[in-house]
Amino acid sequence: MNRILLRGGRLLDPAGERDGPGDVLIENGRIAAVDADIRADDAEVIDAAGRWVAPGFVDLHTHLREPGHEYKEDIASGGRAAVAGGFTAVACMANTNPVNDDPSVTDYILDRGHQDSPARVYPIAAATRGLRGEIMTEMDALVRAGAVAFSDDGATIMDSGVMRRVLEYSRLAGVPIVVHAEDRTLVGNGVVNEGAVSTRIGLPGNPAIAEAVMVARDLMLAELTGAHLHVAHVSTAGAVDLIRAARGRGVHVTAEVTPHHLVLTDEATAGYDTNTKVAPPLRSLADRNACRAALCEGTLDAIATDHAPHAEHEKDVEFTAAPPGLIGFETAFAVVLDLVRSGELEPLELVRRLSTEPARILGQLGGSLAVDAPADVVVLDPAAEWTYDPAKGYSKSRNSPWSGKTLTGRVIATFVAGRLVYSEERGVLFP
Amino acid sequence: MIGRDLLGIEDLDRGDIERILETAEHMLEVGRREVKKVPTLRGRTIVNLFFEPSTRTSTSFEIAGKRLSADVVNFSPASSSISKHESILDTARTLDAMDPDAVIVRHGVAGVPKRIADRLKAPVINAGDGAHEHPTQALLDLMTVMQAKGRIDGLSVAIVGDVVHSRVARSNIFGFLKMGAEVRVAGPPTMIPAAVETLGVKAYTSLSEALAGADVVMMLRIQLERLAGSLFPSVREYTATFGLDREKLRYAREDAIVMHPGPVNRGVELSHDLADERPSVILDQVRNGVALRMAVLYLLAGQPLAGERRGSW
Ligand SMILES: [Zn+2]
Repeated sequence: MNRILLRGGRLLDPAGERDGPGDVLIENGRIAAVDADIRADDAEVIDAAGRWVAPGFVDLHTHLREPGHEYKEDIASGGRAAVAGGFTAVACMANTNPVNDDPSVTDYILDRGHQDSPARVYPIAAATRGLRGEIMTEMDALVRAGAVAFSDDGATIMDSGVMRRVLEYSRLAGVPIVVHAEDRTLVGNGVVNEGAVSTRIGLPGNPAIAEAVMVARDLMLAELTGAHLHVAHVSTAGAVDLIRAARGRGVHVTAEVTPHHLVLTDEATAGYDTNTKVAPPLRSLADRNACRAALCEGTLDAIATDHAPHAEHEKDVEFTAAPPGLIGFETAFAVVLDLVRSGELEPLELVRRLSTEPARILGQLGGSLAVDAPADVVVLDPAAEWTYDPAKGYSKSRNSPWSGKTLTGRVIATFVAGRLVYSEERGVLFP
Repeated sequence: MIGRDLLGIEDLDRGDIERILETAEHMLEVGRREVKKVPTLRGRTIVNLFFEPSTRTSTSFEIAGKRLSADVVNFSPASSSISKHESILDTARTLDAMDPDAVIVRHGVAGVPKRIADRLKAPVINAGDGAHEHPTQALLDLMTVMQAKGRIDGLSVAIVGDVVHSRVARSNIFGFLKMGAEVRVAGPPTMIPAAVETLGVKAYTSLSEALAGADVVMMLRIQLERLAGSLFPSVREYTATFGLDREKLRYAREDAIVMHPGPVNRGVELSHDLADERPSVILDQVRNGVALRMAVLYLLAGQPLAGERRGSW
């Protein structure tokens, strides 16, 4: 197998607490050496001067839409978009058709992932059958089939008794329960954050408290059961405070935040662009800033895109009728780089939250440039300016609020298991 | 100066509003003639696109258009191919192909008129979108108050009822504030929108406090079917706490006027007699509605003739 030498980049390896210049040698799909000045005459040399070299990003929360909604995305297109965004592994939610509540569906997704996707694909199975919030799935069988976590995501389990049993039983499976924490009775028909903006623009409001109430319940149940609770896409100061306090008393809780909740606020919804409709909704400036601070201090462990493709005809309707969600793979790095530019986060810490932490939460390899680790590596240019056009991207869908925007920060190359699967010049390199 | 559409009062400034009101006063004069018609918009086509039924507003626009000699076409989901399954882009394309001179849009969801306007060559007039805005209603309300009081600057206006669901309330809040009035809103706490004070108003949960010193009392329509039991316990309790009758009107200034966008739930938000008699100005509102909409159509669709560029304020 050929050897690749990434020469002269700024190495950002959170697992090894390393931030400094150096070379990385990739050999046989693994990282063979990391050092100040590696000599490898037979290797293909890639000049990484002025660039960041980091472990590939791991996305905890995505919707690849296959099986069942291939007109929005499939594992092939989603996997291509992922590596174009620097993600070398993505965990996909269970709200497919059929729902991933059966080992046969998990098998299918893994199979398609191996064959069609340049990124590693980790299936998240449903926590309850049919995402109906009633009967728990066969967690042992699903984990043996390859499920890495359980979640009903947007179909929040409202029945507290069922939620308690799901958390309790998940200890047998030993994987996290991922919750989309919104009390649906408080959300009501709300489609944007409830507050000054919803009042001004006249769209029904979804109160911040709908998230905090559900996070409070789930934290108490996690504490009772000892299960690993992972709170998806945290969007409010209230939820952040609850998670911080629970962790302080030893509850096994981890949490993620999306690029859009870190950067945008409900003001973005004022133009009625349905690509700004997400669940939970874009929040107030105070909530957004609380999420940023919580990510920096580590209360929120990871950044996850919640990549949620929808077809144009589904989004080009009234704001209330449009499905929530936006596509996030290809813009994520540039968008979250905002935290580095603002001085809130060191580059090493940003990479930790994009790579090392999500891998740890999922209990998967990755997030490390250690010798012998799988060579899932990304080369980044934090200064490159580019204009995002979803039509030229790899996702089948175009529902992005950053469409047409000039972004700073670009993925230059992505390696999965030592293989170059994306380069800025040549695009995705995968059969 | 704002652009080519009338999507909301929020986009207007005081000068825009004054210009529209002045023009509307001229149009009122046309309505008093024996032949209530002027040739101003002859040969122009105005489309009334109503996704949500509203006989009153669509009729008012239709009469306004006809008095200006325009051809008015009524286009509603029930009678055309436009349905929920047609995208906003399709709707706009279809309309654009018909080359109208103005499109009046009513929709149950906030923002739809704007989304259509973004894609249409013709000017768009918002005839009410969800709980967002109903700009021509607010303008005709301002016109009515101007006639009754001779000024708006310095007046106290109390808007009472289901503020959270009311586009009339929002447009009037923007309009009266821009014209220098003080605005209060009142209703059950469940019907006051979040952070309403950020709009520049004061919120009350007591009718008597909200009405104290008010020059104008604007009662909003309650959607009985939808709200009773969820946002307030019963019609009886609503009427007892926020329904207006002559007794409760005494909290306001002696010369206060009573307004309502119609249609009135008699005996619920407004007592039977107050719906018809002074100090209620409800019929003036209706009459002014036609003149005001003539003014808006004239200003948006009626500027230069052949080889034209579209008009704007
Ligand atoms: Zn979710």
